[in-house]
Amino acid sequence: MTDTQTAHVLRGARPLGAEPVDLVLRDGRIAEVVPAGTADAAGARVVDADGLVALPGLVDLHTHLREPGREDAETVESGTRAAARGGFTAVHAMANTAPVADTAGVVEQVWRLGRAAGWVDVRPVGAVTIGLEGQRLAELGAMADSAAGVRVFSDDGKCVHDAVLMRRALEYVKAFDGVVAQHAQEPRLTEGAQMHEGPVSGVLGLRGWPAVAEEAIIARDVLLAAHVGSRLHVCHVSTAGSVELIRWAKARGTDVTAEVTPHHLLLTDELVRGYDPVYKVNPPLRSAEDVQALREAVADGTIDAVATDHAPHPVEDKDCEWAAAAMGMTGLETALSVVQHALVEPGHLDWAGVARVMSVAPARIGRVGDQGRALSAGEPGNVVLVDPAARWTVDPAAMATRGRNSPFAGRELPGAVVATFWRGHATVLDGALAQPRRSGAPGDPAGSGGDPWSG
Amino acid sequence: MRHLLSAADLSREEAVQLLDVAEQMVGTQQREIKKLPALRGRTVVNLFFEDSTRTRISFEAAAKRLSADVITFSAKGSSVSKGESLKDTALTLEAMGADAVVVRHPASGAPHRLARAGWTRSAVLNAGDGTHEHPTQALLDAFTLRRHLVGGGGPATGADLAGLRVGIVGDVLHSRVARSDVLLLHTLGAQVTLVAPPTLLPVGVESWPCRVSYDLDAALEGLDAVMALRVQLERMDAAFFPSAREYSRRYGLDARRLALLPEHAVLLHPGPMNRGLEITAEAADGARSRIVEQVSNGVAVRMAALYLLLAGEDA
Repeated sequence: MTDTQTAHVLRGARPLGAEPVDLVLRDGRIAEVVPAGTADAAGARVVDADGLVALPGLVDLHTHLREPGREDAETVESGTRAAARGGFTAVHAMANTAPVADTAGVVEQVWRLGRAAGWVDVRPVGAVTIGLEGQRLAELGAMADSAAGVRVFSDDGKCVHDAVLMRRALEYVKAFDGVVAQHAQEPRLTEGAQMHEGPVSGVLGLRGWPAVAEEAIIARDVLLAAHVGSRLHVCHVSTAGSVELIRWAKARGTDVTAEVTPHHLLLTDELVRGYDPVYKVNPPLRSAEDVQALREAVADGTIDAVATDHAPHPVEDKDCEWAAAAMGMTGLETALSVVQHALVEPGHLDWAGVARVMSVAPARIGRVGDQGRALSAGEPGNVVLVDPAARWTVDPAAMATRGRNSPFAGRELPGAVVATFWRGHATVLDGALAQPRRSGAPGDPAGSGGDPWSG
Repeated sequence: MRHLLSAADLSREEAVQLLDVAEQMVGTQQREIKKLPALRGRTVVNLFFEDSTRTRISFEAAAKRLSADVITFSAKGSSVSKGESLKDTALTLEAMGADAVVVRHPASGAPHRLARAGWTRSAVLNAGDGTHEHPTQALLDAFTLRRHLVGGGGPATGADLAGLRVGIVGDVLHSRVARSDVLLLHTLGAQVTLVAPPTLLPVGVESWPCRVSYDLDAALEGLDAVMALRVQLERMDAAFFPSAREYSRRYGLDARRLALLPEHAVLLHPGPMNRGLEITAEAADGARSRIVEQVSNGVAVRMAALYLLLAGEDA
């Protein structure tokens, strides 16, 4: 008897924060949605969801799982455990591994590791250019046609700064409904950049990363995407000016989507004053005005998705002087709490809005067909139960990720993931990791051309 | 005062006290026996991750004249990304029982990490970090200015620099001296004007407690002191300015420009100088120049800083 076979009755859960119902998960799907207290629990495990909000399983568009190559920082196993604990049922694994995920072989390896781990859907992101070097296109079609079924392509960590190459990539991925996810960073304007360029960088004597270096690339790329009629996704938008450009592009009908990280919704460059590298990240923490503009952009839909940019690093890469430290922050296990704190509590989003930016939109952008769906009968059993009344203090040592580099360490945050169900299987119960899911269990999607579950 | 990391760590009272103690140190340096017993049995480590002969020698002399045991650790080359990490170096020094660490490092903020990351209990004294700060340089500048512009060439015990007008000319963007000087001289009541081409001023400089000018000739009028900052020629390659000649024409201190200053005004330079670039030999060696005296004042100021950090509570 495996847990996968167990039916679950989520008693009294509030779908997207609405009135309580019973959700019955069976055979990998949401079998029934019935009035609270009325579901037949015979043969099922009952989860007391009184007071808990039910959301579709979260989908992360931007995760660094580090495997292959930097297993000292994170593995697919440890990273996907962290994802499940954070309420995710799918993550997009970024391509900047070693070797780079720029061939069908590497993306299939990552995809298989994810499948073997059994905590979430691992959707590999393919590199746009060979070795992330910005010189020649990687075999995007081979990655799209592989068992991994890649739809999102990104040189994340590096910008596809050559305008011709970016144009070609945007055009080429139209053949398989792909999207180019751009890390918008003009390289010459950011040589040696250490933090946001502004009054704080001037005082600290740290070389600045100006907002214009992000905005100039976004401006070019939305014009290119409009010109060739392709789909563009902008990674980790961090400035008010970027928001304005994306708003303008959307208003004139360009097919552009954008994501923002939880840390850019809460933290500012003022934190750098102590030179603690836990706050070193790319793009850098910006000003309070940028934070406000980003929150409003999520509220009005200009920014489509919240994506973690979860970037674990070994302790020694952060326990050093600022200039020597690696850039990046962990985020999978704090994302939902930060969103509740930064967007829900100030009134920018309701829980339906959280489902939109953390599940529905990212699944649509990444073309993850069976994720980000409604919480209704017949849909895939991807559900996360959140206790919005909980408060907890962030302790990186207690996390599932190998990374200890959480910028929220020591902060009290609202909201806790109580349970995560991936294809009807409980990956998290009572706030703790349960059992991984075996592939081939009920709920696997039916076979199709790029079906990951046929291999 | 637990550490001296930034000129902003000093209140007006603390800064004046430090200058007063430095005056006492100058007094002791006139004696035949220059050595004081104040730090006998204490260990001061000079940790230099960057070449700086003059600052290192100045700190060594200061610590030795206070009878401290001095260990100098020149770790040039093991800076960012290679060799032993800053943390391991700090743990080693901690194990050796350093009471104070004087640190020069190419990375801005390295002294902050040393002081605050929990690697060592030593007092940390910033001897210049990247393009951030160099607080003892600002203290010796303030000391020199107080002597000449307030004390008439001698001590002005208890006084600050209220009302003095000081110009700082040159590569502010990359200058740790400029940052510390602006903070300290402002704390002491002086009015600072930064003069530089716009490319060599940091974004956000308008929020600093000083005035900013692009026009040296206009800014010189009425200054009590002017300081030229070192300009590195390689900045030219990064398009901060078109040529050395154009820089000198627009921002170099020469005899003609010094003649625009009031009679009593003095000239400073933190060294090492690029004669012919930011300052002419004629200006550097002229009657207004206090550049050589800055060096000797440096020892007195660093004695005062070490004394207040290590023996301050007993004083």
